[in-house]
Amino acid sequence: MVSTHPLVEARDLTKVYPARGSTPEFRAVDGIDFALERGESFGLLGPNGAGKSTTMRMIAATSPISGGSLRVLGMDPMKQGPEIRARLGVVTQDDHLDNELTVRENLHIYGRYFGLPRAVIRERATRLLDFAQLQEKAGDQVETLSGGMRRRLTIARSLINEPDILLLDEPTTGLDPQARHILWDRLFQLKQQGVTLILTTHYMDEAEQLCDRLVVVDHGRIVAQGSPQELIHRYATREVLELRFRLDERDTAAEKLRTSVLATGGTDAEGRVELLPDRVLVYTADGEAALATVHAMSLTPLTALVRRATLEDVFLKLTGRSLIE
Amino acid sequence: MTTVAVPAWTRRRALALIERNFMIYRRSVTPLLNALVEPILYLLSIGVGVGMLVGTVPGVDVPYAAYVGPAILATTAMNTAFNQTSFGVFIRMRVEKTYEAILPTPLSVTDIAVGEVTSAMINGLLTSIGFLTLMAVGGLVTSAWVLLALPASLLISYAFAAGGLAVTTYLRDFPDFQYIQLFMLPMYLFATTFYPLSVYPEAVRPLIQALPLYHSIELVREPALGHLSWDLLIPVAYLLAFGSVAMYVATRRMTRAMLR
Amino acid sequence: MLRVFRYWVTLYRRTWRGSIVINVLNPLLFLIGIGAGLGALVDDNAPAQIAGVSYAAFFAPGMLAAAAMQNAFLEGSAGVARAAGFGAYRSATPTPLRPEQLAAGHLLFITFRVLIASGAFIVVMAAFGLIGGWWALGALLGATLTGVAFAAPAAAWAVGVRKLRHIDTVFRFVIMPLYMFSGTFFAVSQLPEWIRPVSYLLPLWHGVELCRTLSLGTATITGSSVHIAYLLTLAIGGFLVARVTYRRRLHP
Ligand SMILES: Nc1ncnc2c1ncn2[C@@H]1O[C@H](COP(=O)(O)OP(=O)(O)O)[C@@H](O)[C@H]1O
Ligand SMILES: [Mg+2]
Repeated sequence: MVSTHPLVEARDLTKVYPARGSTPEFRAVDGIDFALERGESFGLLGPNGAGKSTTMRMIAATSPISGGSLRVLGMDPMKQGPEIRARLGVVTQDDHLDNELTVRENLHIYGRYFGLPRAVIRERATRLLDFAQLQEKAGDQVETLSGGMRRRLTIARSLINEPDILLLDEPTTGLDPQARHILWDRLFQLKQQGVTLILTTHYMDEAEQLCDRLVVVDHGRIVAQGSPQELIHRYATREVLELRFRLDERDTAAEKLRTSVLATGGTDAEGRVELLPDRVLVYTADGEAALATVHAMSLTPLTALVRRATLEDVFLKLTGRSLIE
Repeated sequence: MTTVAVPAWTRRRALALIERNFMIYRRSVTPLLNALVEPILYLLSIGVGVGMLVGTVPGVDVPYAAYVGPAILATTAMNTAFNQTSFGVFIRMRVEKTYEAILPTPLSVTDIAVGEVTSAMINGLLTSIGFLTLMAVGGLVTSAWVLLALPASLLISYAFAAGGLAVTTYLRDFPDFQYIQLFMLPMYLFATTFYPLSVYPEAVRPLIQALPLYHSIELVREPALGHLSWDLLIPVAYLLAFGSVAMYVATRRMTRAMLR
Repeated sequence: MLRVFRYWVTLYRRTWRGSIVINVLNPLLFLIGIGAGLGALVDDNAPAQIAGVSYAAFFAPGMLAAAAMQNAFLEGSAGVARAAGFGAYRSATPTPLRPEQLAAGHLLFITFRVLIASGAFIVVMAAFGLIGGWWALGALLGATLTGVAFAAPAAAWAVGVRKLRHIDTVFRFVIMPLYMFSGTFFAVSQLPEWIRPVSYLLPLWHGVELCRTLSLGTATITGSSVHIAYLLTLAIGGFLVARVTYRRRLHP
């Protein structure tokens, strides 16, 4: 299918959860705009409660929108929910696997929900079990799977209908580093195959690895968007100097740095000094030079680290908060 | 605030959920056999045991057990269907979160409701077939019209499966199930399962006749005793209406609860 | 032990509204539905056929014993399995108690619950004129003893049960048939000769007979002694086994 319109297009998209009992109504998504082209991989980045899952559910046509407009695959999710869902793959934030069924049966029945013939499912299930590295577990009850395996099965299951768009809500949250890397590898493989991805995360490295384009959301609003490199370029510097001081020296050191030559930068990112609970960040084009300046000021950090700027730094700049508290 | 439209159901999609439920049943028939234990015990102890003391029911010329059997068959269909959409659905909805995974598929909430009710109807029919077979083996079948009990059991299952589904949308937690018991048990005991309506004082009878189980029992017992008449259309209409109203309430409330 | 008992009573005060449905209302509904309703048919057909009394007077004490059994079994099995599985036995007490104290305290609580529920049932029986005088007190003790005779072995078994499903199965295949064929609904003497000895072995039959003879005023010293001895044996034996199984589960 060749189409000219975006795969997903949101204009002033809003979600208000109605009041319930003593909880007042809540504006979880507050007028966001974005458009997504075929083959792109698109990330929603933001802290807990930013409205990422809510946005994903609206795109997946499982949560009615409260305002604005939303088109998914050229259709209206409020009216053509089943048609849209037929062409999406969805990995929700929590794995909702069918605990009464085995691994293979989970794939089978999911295919049936999409109305696929049994023979087609059988062939795809074998391929997907391979993809998810779960061949040995095919006959096991899903209760016996580890967290990483459950996640991979959920992703495999979401691919059973060969979706046009794959939605992944925090695909690696709660996984250990090894399981996360296996998963990234699988997702990167899908991206290479041209699958359009929408994913939410609060991991900067994940967004950098998997997304071509990002929107940063906070309190239901978009606070920035662009490619990971653009965002870093715009909201951070090339390098960051991380300094740790003894607790009793930290505040005076930070104060000194703030008023030093390091904090007089030209662009709005350059030369910023951030005081975090456990360290001080100096945003600079040249970390080594900045460190030399620090030493010249006769400050004695316990540790000093020069690193590349990441999206974490972007987020800090945009919201004044660290992403994961 | 835009309201949620309740989409129409599609046969193919609702069927997929039935397939799911039967994938689990296929592995073991224990749930169905379990559903037969209690009614058989009641048939033996009250139908046969107490039946020896009762002799025959006034105006009915069959042994007491043959009088009670069809009523217990109706309650079996009722309980099987009702348990599946009350206890079963509650667990799938709140504990196992089975439906959370189904929502992102083309199935609508209405499809889920229809799928669950239809599975429950099939189960109700299967246990009814089992119970009827045992009645026949025990020599408690007195008229060939008893075969009408099978379509009747589908209708009874429909009414109570839909009713169970509707009630489930109001439950907050497991202890709330006791309030359901508070309705189901008296209905079981008083809806003419064990004795005819004539036992009650005139004034109480309309109350009994308002119960869905009363109509379910009428629908099975009358043909089983060889009494066919147009009056049977009353329970048919009652159960159809009861089930359809319950179905309407259930799908609306489920849609609202699940598509937030 | 009393501390454990108090813990359960405190818990019960918070949840009694729910359990009252099952414990008290359930047998009362049977008393009305079966005793009075079906009793009308029985009394019309064969007046005073059984034991020379109305069907309701015959059925009510049977139901009393059977309800005591069901309540005691459910609390003694599901209640104990949950307490053992979800840690109520550990959090119940500020200081570590010995397992047999936990067992005894919980059983004491179950006894107390059965006593209350049976008392409520007997009050209703009295209101219907189905029991009266000192006999009522005897029947109350008889029903409570019946309950303990089931609660103790149930607890001994259930403390090791990890799947509540198993309790369902035992209820369905052991307790329900006992309920139906121990003379609750009809006299064992109606059964064919060859099967009667089996009934006499059933623990609930002894409970039913004890309660029934006491409530109808036909109890004999010998008969009642046999029933009491049988039920006491179960209760004490159950508790002795429970001491072992509690220890095994809670201090593995
Ligand atoms: N079903 C709901 N009803 C009411 N409020 C909700 C519901 N789901 C989410 N919220 C609220 O909306 C906000 C955004 O939630 P969510 O979209 O899950 O955020 P994120 O996925 O970014 O962590 C949160 O404050 C959350 O409490
Ligand atoms: Mg989320």
